[in-house]
Amino acid sequence: MEYNILIGGPAGSGMNTIANLIKVGLKRHGYSVYVNQEIMSRIRGGHNFFQIRFSNKEVFNFKEELDVIIAFDKLTIETHQNRLVPNGVILCDSSSEIRNNNIKYMLVNAKEIITKLKNPKALNIAILGSFVKLFDLDFEFFKKVVIKNLKNKNIELNLETFDLGYKSVGSLLKVTNKTVDNNIIISGNASIAFGAIAAGMSFYSAYPMTPATSVMTYLNKKQSDIGIIVEQAEDEISAIFMAMGASYSGLRAMTGSSGGGLSLMVEGIGLAAIAETPLVIVDVQRPGPATGMATKTSQSDLSFLLSASQDEFPRMIISIKDQEDAFYQTVRAFDMSDKYQIVVIILNDEFLADASKTIAKFDLKSININRYLATEEEINLDEKYKRYKFTETGVSPRILPGTSNIPIVFDSHEHDEYGNVVEDGLNRTKMHSKRLRKLDFIKKEMIEPEYLGLEEPEYVFVGFGSTYGAIKEAVSILNKEGYSVGFLQFGDVYPLPEKNIIKYSKYKLINVELNATGQLARLIKMETGISFDYSILKFDGRQISTNEIIKDFKEIL
Amino acid sequence: MNDSYKLFNTDVNISWCPGCGDFAILLAIKEALFELGLKPNNTLIVSGIGQAAKTPQYIKANNFNSLHGRALPPTIGMKVANNDLNIFVTSGDGDTYGEGGNHFIHNIRRNPNIVHLVYNNRVYGLTKGQGSPTTDLGQTTTMQLNGSYLTPLNPITLAMTLGAGFIGRAYSGDKRNLIDLIKKAFEYNGYALIDVLQPCPSFNKINTASWYKKNTYNLEKNYDPKDFYEAYKTSLNVIDHIALGLLYYKETTPYLDRLPHYEGSLVNRKWKPTDAIKLLDDFI
Repeated sequence: MEYNILIGGPAGSGMNTIANLIKVGLKRHGYSVYVNQEIMSRIRGGHNFFQIRFSNKEVFNFKEELDVIIAFDKLTIETHQNRLVPNGVILCDSSSEIRNNNIKYMLVNAKEIITKLKNPKALNIAILGSFVKLFDLDFEFFKKVVIKNLKNKNIELNLETFDLGYKSVGSLLKVTNKTVDNNIIISGNASIAFGAIAAGMSFYSAYPMTPATSVMTYLNKKQSDIGIIVEQAEDEISAIFMAMGASYSGLRAMTGSSGGGLSLMVEGIGLAAIAETPLVIVDVQRPGPATGMATKTSQSDLSFLLSASQDEFPRMIISIKDQEDAFYQTVRAFDMSDKYQIVVIILNDEFLADASKTIAKFDLKSININRYLATEEEINLDEKYKRYKFTETGVSPRILPGTSNIPIVFDSHEHDEYGNVVEDGLNRTKMHSKRLRKLDFIKKEMIEPEYLGLEEPEYVFVGFGSTYGAIKEAVSILNKEGYSVGFLQFGDVYPLPEKNIIKYSKYKLINVELNATGQLARLIKMETGISFDYSILKFDGRQISTNEIIKDFKEIL
Repeated sequence: MNDSYKLFNTDVNISWCPGCGDFAILLAIKEALFELGLKPNNTLIVSGIGQAAKTPQYIKANNFNSLHGRALPPTIGMKVANNDLNIFVTSGDGDTYGEGGNHFIHNIRRNPNIVHLVYNNRVYGLTKGQGSPTTDLGQTTTMQLNGSYLTPLNPITLAMTLGAGFIGRAYSGDKRNLIDLIKKAFEYNGYALIDVLQPCPSFNKINTASWYKKNTYNLEKNYDPKDFYEAYKTSLNVIDHIALGLLYYKETTPYLDRLPHYEGSLVNRKWKPTDAIKLLDDFI
């Protein structure tokens, strides 16, 4: 059993609420649920939609074919009706104009209900009632969901609205009952925020920028419960410098933005590098350049971040593939950042930032927090403390200001082992090499891309980040259809893990990316010399679907 | 050595020009630190980039030599992390009022408990003499060959209108008054700004030591720094009758006290990953 629902309408019509209630209700019923949204950058009007796919088997991506459209306006019907499967249903208010007689409509007298009950803003609640009836879902169960999620907002009136909506239609679709539910449902950005919290991050500074803002807003809501500080900075430059001040003084600190904000943060990335101060940065990508498209998705910041800030220094870039990965990779980002005293960038994108998926509860017991600070013995090896001591790994003993009798230096200038500013050429060569040496050791800890699909494939898709679900599903469909396909999914992208890509380079390689120039393929070529045979590139600001990958693949053949 | 300001001495070679006002300010800071009973390990000197911003390198203490214009933002993270660190920011007029102008504004709104010394020589020193935000209208520099055509910024009145609660002006040539002002600024609970006028013998041929002698005066004993309008009026003259001393004072709520749930330095925060379990309910 699997259904795919679209809820569409103008901004401000309560779709967020109904989408959330359906999401939570289905999830608590025990279904695997995947929710994504496509919204316009405006507060009222326009056309926004949510897609909710649910099944009693795991769903890990959105889907194009729709079983049900819940339409809040005519535009939704016009825009999406051609995506309906043959028996698909449009659920809408009975006042809607019906133009296409080949489509099944489920009409709710929602407007009548809310007028009668004098509950004018509850069109979404009436429609929710009819949705529950449409699928013959558990009425009492959803009632509880409404009570819990709407808190005290007019609850009696809303329950009556919900009830009348439920009674106003019949059942058309069948679901298999599920009751077991030990999962959570979470979006990519919330999962990053949760990972940061679990990892002991205690300071987050940022400037609002879509689609990264939700990391900040979640942390902000939780800050008093968990005793952390979230500061809204005056700009992204300030945001990264505040976080750096916190990190220097001993906190796990993070900042985040989208590409435009990252552009402003660039000088801070360089400062963290020369001062060898740990810092985690989240980049939630959207199409650019400049303002680009605020609420759309993209995988186009990779090339920029590989060398953001002048000169050369070690850094690490992790792309996250799904909502579960977002949590564990954020935890790992803090660990690697502390271990190597480097900037770690977590690459997310608008699609995954806002898309929710049911996943297993986070294994909090598996997390160890290690700050990798130097012990007194290590410090005492030298007559005078060397904050930037030349070592085999390039990692020098770090202690925190105010925790001993030793004052701690932090300088943006090139410096000697003690941190004193020097312009001596030999020292410069040694210090620059020391920093870069870390990269060799970081590289040994990089996670090789995951391989899925046939063992001896003809073609191998190569991707990174949030296209994981779409490519995975496409590979499975294509192999069932008799094609011979494999899939290499990069998580760690820099420093680039090379073993698996070298291993699979004997097959025909196809990079699947949401940018126009194949930034991942270019990175792989630069690092390994391996060239790609074909590319599937999409850069219209929308997430690539399974169908699009299949279609593009067949065109390649 | 530990019983004098020399406990803050370093063996680093100082790279300021001979005759630079910065030497006097450096010494005044070290003496003030000593007189305040501070120690290198609980003192943190923060700066951006510029001649003034070299100061942290010349003081034995925790230091944070940031980038140009970016001295103030890190202090917010530092305060949250460890409120026991006594923070002094030492940066120039270009660093603070030019490149870091936006941070200067919003830092006053946040009001962290720090002392900020702006070495104001009204010219860019490190980059060889270009006009700064405080260079006088019409003054020629190595860049403004026909005289500066930008209206100079008045840091004192700007800080006042933004709501700063401790605003002083000092002159680098008057060490005792500078030390006393630094000490008062340190005792202030909130952001304390001291605009330190100083000659730049290499690049500012107008605002010389003798010019300052002629055009500055110490505020009289009966001057009331709590009178906003009087202070504002007094601060407007930056041409030929420039007031030195504590220009404006009011009590304010410092940054950390504005955070409703802040309970103390977060470096001491106890946290286990399993503590996050209570938040999982949000996603069930």
